[in-house]
Amino acid sequence: MRRLFALAVALVVAGGGTGWLLTAPKRLPEAALAGLEGDAGRGERIFLAGGCASCHDAEGAEGEARLVLSGGRRFPSDFGTFLAPNISPHPEAGIGAWSFADFANAVMRGVSPEGQHYYPAFPYTAYARAEPQDIADLWAFLLTLPPDATPSQAHEVGFPFSIRRSVGGWKLLFFATDWAVAEVPTPEAERGRYLAEALGHCGECHTPRGALGQLELSRWLAGAPNPTGRGTIPNLTPAKLEWSQSDIAGYLKTGFTPDFDTAGGHMAEVVQNLSQLPDEDRAAIAAYLKAVPPAN
Amino acid sequence: MKPLIRNALAFAAMASVMAGGALAQSAVEGAIKARKAHMQLQAFNLGPLGAMAKGEMPYDAAQASAAAGNLAALVSMNMGRYFPEGSAQGQAEGTRALPAIWENGEDVMAKVAALNEAVTALNATAGTDLASLQGAMGAVGEACGACHKAYRAPE
Repeated sequence: MRRLFALAVALVVAGGGTGWLLTAPKRLPEAALAGLEGDAGRGERIFLAGGCASCHDAEGAEGEARLVLSGGRRFPSDFGTFLAPNISPHPEAGIGAWSFADFANAVMRGVSPEGQHYYPAFPYTAYARAEPQDIADLWAFLLTLPPDATPSQAHEVGFPFSIRRSVGGWKLLFFATDWAVAEVPTPEAERGRYLAEALGHCGECHTPRGALGQLELSRWLAGAPNPTGRGTIPNLTPAKLEWSQSDIAGYLKTGFTPDFDTAGGHMAEVVQNLSQLPDEDRAAIAAYLKAVPPAN
Repeated sequence: MKPLIRNALAFAAMASVMAGGALAQSAVEGAIKARKAHMQLQAFNLGPLGAMAKGEMPYDAAQASAAAGNLAALVSMNMGRYFPEGSAQGQAEGTRALPAIWENGEDVMAKVAALNEAVTALNATAGTDLASLQGAMGAVGEACGACHKAYRAPE
């Protein structure tokens, strides 16, 4: 895999000027953000659906401490270990000094205010499908959270993945804003698709990945090995998941499976977030999962 | 010491170690079986409560009270003997219990206390009406999940 990636980098370098241009970070068109006013109250729902705290709070944080987005959690992968940064509104350690445009480009395009690519461990490939208004609301909400002075730590990523520009090549190949499930039967399932594909980024863990870490869209939500190395992440398509719509919605509210086992590991945190959404949102996610094409 | 006696003593010592080992092993197996059975009983009593909360079964105050009462009795039981040394995943077969359980006794007890609190609240309101039952179920799920998240290996 490393060799393949080195080859991709070499191709980009060989491409010279063209490659350099093609891999340049692409920001959102300014018109996409013009005139948007964020509403912090609405932003909380986006924050919960997007699961921001599950990666950006301090490891082991409970209760109110989950709203302190000081970063530091470690995410191992085939490409190195990524460390979640501080995204609290602290002006130096966090993102308090950013503009809304900085934030929107980070979240929806994976581009930093300095014009650098973020690694796709940050699921901007999912958030790219979000409504800009929702991102404006999220930004307004994040600014209400407690600032924290903990400095962000560097990712532990070796060569060649340490060349940020190479992420531009990756984006060229894999960054897309169309839906993974093109057709859904009802408005409810459509809302569920928005929650699951754009905000909830379920596919990041539940969809298997290819050699370059890209999601294998033909096996969308068909389950994958756990990147922590322990166990597997289950298949959510109707090929394997036989729970009823109310079973799924109930699970996302209480964490109980139909057999009254409970969500474990990272999913327990997802349930912690989703349980705070209105009932109709969980029902919508369940309706969407019922409409996902079966895959093994 | 005559060789025969020495050998006999050595044999006796070895046999007693082996018997001790076998005994310890069956005690561990028994504890794993018991704690799984306990979880099963809890799940069984959550069954009607969850089905009512999800609207899959009509609300029945008497049934809800009975199940919540059983659950309250189950979570109040002392589980100390369920977790003997040597019964963690990696030390014994057929368990996903993480070794961290034995390292963080205080936190485990805090989580058990939180479960007791959530089930006590459920038991107090499950027989009142459906809304109260639904309201109390979330905290129970969270308390169960908190322990599973920290102390149980994924499948």
